[in-house]
Amino acid sequence: MRQHIRFYVGDTLHTLSNLPPQMTLLDWLRDQQNRAGTKEGCNEGDCGACTVLVGRLEQDALVWRAVNACIHMVWMLDGAQLLTVEDLRGTGGQLHPVQQAMVDEHGSQCGFCTPGFVMSMVALSTRADLAELEGTLDGERVINEALAGNLCRCTGYAPIVRAMKKAAAYCAEHGEPISARTPDFTARLRALQDGKTVELHSPEGRVTLPASVDALASAYAQDPAAVLVAGGTDVGLWVTKRLRQLPHIIAVRTAQDLHKVHTRPDGALWIGAGVTYTEAMPHLVAHLPAAADTLRRIGSTQVRNAATVCGNIGNASPIGDGPPIFMAAGAQLHLRCGPEHRVVPLEAFFVEYGKQDIRPGEFIEGVLIPPLPPRSVCGVYKVSKRFDQDISAVLGAFVLVLAEDGAIEQARLAYGGMAGIPCRAKRAEAALVGQTCTQATLLAAQTAIKEDFTPLSDMRASAWYRATVAANLLARLFAVGATGNPSNSQTLENWQEVAHG
Amino acid sequence: MVDPQKTVAQQAQAQAQAQAQPGATPSHNPTLVAGGACSSLRHESAHLHVAGEARYVDDVPLPPNAVHVALGLSSRAHARIVNMDLGAVQAYPGVVCVLTARDIAHHNQISSVGAGDEPLLAEDHVFFCGQPLFAVVAQTRHAARHAAVLAKVEYEDLPAVLNIEQARAQGSALVCRSLEMTRGNAPQALASAPRRLAGQLTIGGQEHFYLEGQAALAWPGEDGEMRVCSSTQHPTETQHMVAHVLGCPNNLVTVEVRRMGGGFGGKETQANIVACLAALAAARTGRPAKLRLDRDDDMMITGKRHDFVIDYDVGFDEQGHVLGVDMELAARCGWSADLSGPVTDRALFHADNAYYYPDVRLRSIPLRTNTQSNTAFRGFGGPQGAAAAERVMDEIAFATGLDPLDVRLRNVYGTTERNLTPYHMTVEDSIAGEVMTQLAQECDYRKRRAQIREFNKTSAHIRRGIALTPVKFGISFTATHFNQAGALVHVYTDGSVQVNHGGTEMGQGLHTKMVQIAMREFGLPHDRVRITATTTGKVPNTSATAASSGADLNGMAVLAAVRTIKDRLIAFAATKWQVPPEQVHFTAEGVAMGGTLVPFATLVNAAYMARISLSSTGFYKTPKISWDGATGRGRPFYYFAYGAACAEVAVDLLTGENRMERVDILHDAGLSLNPDIDIGQIEGGFVQGAGWLTMEELFWDPSGRLRTHAPSTYKIPACSDRPRIFNVKLMENLPNREETIFRSKAVGEPPFVHGLAVLHAISDALASVDEYRTYPGLNAPATPEQILRVAERLRSKGGVGHAQVHT
Repeated sequence: MRQHIRFYVGDTLHTLSNLPPQMTLLDWLRDQQNRAGTKEGCNEGDCGACTVLVGRLEQDALVWRAVNACIHMVWMLDGAQLLTVEDLRGTGGQLHPVQQAMVDEHGSQCGFCTPGFVMSMVALSTRADLAELEGTLDGERVINEALAGNLCRCTGYAPIVRAMKKAAAYCAEHGEPISARTPDFTARLRALQDGKTVELHSPEGRVTLPASVDALASAYAQDPAAVLVAGGTDVGLWVTKRLRQLPHIIAVRTAQDLHKVHTRPDGALWIGAGVTYTEAMPHLVAHLPAAADTLRRIGSTQVRNAATVCGNIGNASPIGDGPPIFMAAGAQLHLRCGPEHRVVPLEAFFVEYGKQDIRPGEFIEGVLIPPLPPRSVCGVYKVSKRFDQDISAVLGAFVLVLAEDGAIEQARLAYGGMAGIPCRAKRAEAALVGQTCTQATLLAAQTAIKEDFTPLSDMRASAWYRATVAANLLARLFAVGATGNPSNSQTLENWQEVAHG
Repeated sequence: MVDPQKTVAQQAQAQAQAQAQPGATPSHNPTLVAGGACSSLRHESAHLHVAGEARYVDDVPLPPNAVHVALGLSSRAHARIVNMDLGAVQAYPGVVCVLTARDIAHHNQISSVGAGDEPLLAEDHVFFCGQPLFAVVAQTRHAARHAAVLAKVEYEDLPAVLNIEQARAQGSALVCRSLEMTRGNAPQALASAPRRLAGQLTIGGQEHFYLEGQAALAWPGEDGEMRVCSSTQHPTETQHMVAHVLGCPNNLVTVEVRRMGGGFGGKETQANIVACLAALAAARTGRPAKLRLDRDDDMMITGKRHDFVIDYDVGFDEQGHVLGVDMELAARCGWSADLSGPVTDRALFHADNAYYYPDVRLRSIPLRTNTQSNTAFRGFGGPQGAAAAERVMDEIAFATGLDPLDVRLRNVYGTTERNLTPYHMTVEDSIAGEVMTQLAQECDYRKRRAQIREFNKTSAHIRRGIALTPVKFGISFTATHFNQAGALVHVYTDGSVQVNHGGTEMGQGLHTKMVQIAMREFGLPHDRVRITATTTGKVPNTSATAASSGADLNGMAVLAAVRTIKDRLIAFAATKWQVPPEQVHFTAEGVAMGGTLVPFATLVNAAYMARISLSSTGFYKTPKISWDGATGRGRPFYYFAYGAACAEVAVDLLTGENRMERVDILHDAGLSLNPDIDIGQIEGGFVQGAGWLTMEELFWDPSGRLRTHAPSTYKIPACSDRPRIFNVKLMENLPNREETIFRSKAVGEPPFVHGLAVLHAISDALASVDEYRTYPGLNAPATPEQILRVAERLRSKGGVGHAQVHT
């Protein structure tokens, strides 16, 4: 048991013991460390002006992740290496290639979002495969994805993207200065990993950082009133916007045995409660290829770097994007309370708005997603006002299992944004089962779905829009069904390729 | 033998060359210094921005005794305050004091136009949900924020008027006078026109979303002095308001602003609230006081772009020529007048956009509502007016079956005839037609339009559209007296120069341009010319940095100051070096006097020894302009800036999702002061304009509470929303006909209007649903929902089926 946390900021080792549980990294940097380069733009993880880099050992290899400091809590840094914009200059005081490119390409106007952009761009520039992205559609997509969590109101982004390409080309040729220090950083981080559970006490409350799932289970069983925090991208807003006090936080991601993500021999994908969306992404994309484009639009890079897949389920938001996808795939949730384990189908976990099938002291250990049956057609569509980093008005995740004769044997239509919980469209499913993929079947399902849901009107969309889109997305799915090839379903992302064969 | 003077000059030249940025336009005149005015130079703070070393208000280090302010806000749209119990607020640990309207000993009034309708803190009534009720002053920001939510306020609700529709239905009062512009006889022209159409256009508002929220830091000094670091576009007005609220003369208050993290008009008057409350807290406690609004509070409190409902009635002929126009432009102004008068005026000034209306009547209706007080925002009503003009052109094209580009070209202002505006100003410089024609050729508009129509015939759910729209934007404050500026330039004995002027830097590159003017005139590299923070202590009685006028006004003032110093130096040099004054030139190599080159520093030092003043103010006022609001006549604008944009979009008819496939812009910046910075203004202005017209949507619930008060709910364009192909070009070799600073043109607001091309391209894509038989009448913002609604309406008229299986 340790009673302090240890992490590096730049080249300085910090050891903190008396730390308020909800102290955010941004406040700590700006108010206590005189690092005013990291800016506060929104204080809710949407604008990216506070982006910093967190370096950690993942499978003993150093990986840099951009995160939003405004909703990252200081205790999360235990055992990590933090870099802020102040740490980028070289030993001779020279700018990082990303910074120089931003200067040369007029990538800053008012400059307030700039440090955050620079950090996201540096994170991207540490990737090994940058040179291959130059001039490709995929390269554009990778840049859009890396910068989706950074808002700029002045430039319209074009010069920033030019700067990113220029910096990437430079780093591909001359090396990237932070990657060059990898052995150094790796050695010092290894020295910090002691596998111990940590308890932090302060007058404002305490934080438990359990080293294992057993330690987590016993801590939570002892104090079921404690708040579990994994990535903190939701709880962070309780602190910064709702001004909530959190007297006891129990960390999830410190339990090393919750970090497993792997495909089991039966083909099911296991994602432990400590696994972030970023870490799960390659596995999820391989497991549910049709969901890839939607998964990449969940939150932003910064959010996915902190947020866990299971946290997205556990907070039970009616507009979380993960749950309908996993529900359509038939996922099961593995729960634990003290020494007891139980398994519930994901759709049974969500009882009604604000109510889940979970007991005091019980927590999610992981989610198990079975493989899609043979002859499945899968479509996942996220519809929002803005393409990137926006909460869905409607998310539709569909799996149809076809018989050899083409009839629909099984239908799982899961929606987000249509009710107080993510849930399935049972009447529409019934209208599909046993039918073939004809327009009459589609129309029947579209009629049935109006009976399935009574959606709300709010600032994101009206009830009319949600209901209409929910039905129209089935038409998009049926375009898939006709050929079994999802790429034949025209969307804004692929119409050019589809149109040109 | 080495000529030491020559060596210094060569070094300076080498230095200048080394600092020239890649991509900079090489100077044709070898004596012009690299990076000087009319060439590209990086932003003066770029190296600080990227390193996190550029200081904003919130970054200024505070002494340990500083206090922090947070605000308590009204939760009702319109109500009488029955009781406000602040006991729990006062009692919260760390709270120093709580300020209410009763604690303001002098004037609790900050109406920038003297309307007297804007109390700083609410008195007996609240007029919108979000109105500041009280200010908590505490040891930490954390304590102030936590305490601020503990007030117990009892309200007696009163009827609230929330939007234009309600305000009109209830005959709601106007916040200021309505303006009418007439020329000819519009009713008669409409009655006798061969064709006629009438319609209504709804255009949403827009949140500024400057990345740096409103912030101010006030330091009390001796004897009643108050120094305020404010994120304001209008330091002089902030100074006046702080003095007004504190009840002291202006000379006790100094307002300083080094830079803002974006402004866009949102910090022209709205910065005063924050600055005044910080100053009040500082005055009350005798300690430095900071107020930096949390993003949600900022969006709940401050005004936004005005939303409009525009009714139009237009007469035209079969060839698409406009014959008569009658328009009524109603705006939601919010709870107080603020700048709504001049904003709605400017909507009228631009309701013609680039087109000649033979007979015309335009009228503004600035409506008072129980919502945030709408304010300046890039374009200042102009884009809303231009949107009405473009709607009219587009709908005439639809009615006549003509290509909208042809209708636009047929109606564009002439230079010698058909060139009188609805406000009786003669347009002398119209190039809108040339710009549109050149752009249409360069981007292959007509061929692409035909290809898109072909594509749409066979595409089930993805439809494409294209549109090309112009902009003509009037440059000058319509309030004539604001068109003045001052500067203060110092030359130090080592030959380094400090420039100060009345304009503020919010990212637009104004300071860079001002430095470039001094560089060009003195022949100095940029590291010898330093810009300093804007402060009312150096240049007084300034105008807001607004109306795109920053470089025009302050550039001429800087030039005047520099030329005064130069004239003194030339007279001195002519005597000392025995050359005629006309042979003294300030070049990149040094000061040339006949055949002799003298380093600038040598000349300056010699002048100092001879007791020549090396410092000067500069002053400028725009010539030729006048405006009479009572008659609706005059020449409010010194000149117009022009441009055109062509946008191509794709729309998904199943969901209304859309994206910009390609955008081409050709824009007129005269002889640009800094082409790279101007292109940055155009790219950024366009994307901001496109955001306004597509995804940015303000949503108030039925109780009048703004529900889109954070970036989680209010969506400005993100990186992937920029056009997939984006070509931006400046018109070349096109000097301003008027004598502006080096014949450049203002570039801040005009490019914002280019966003209209996107709205019309989406409309064009939607028209395909009904095989171009029904005009879509698409309103803004064209959110996916709005687009889907129009698509469904057109489908019901016989277009493609609701849900077709496409194989």
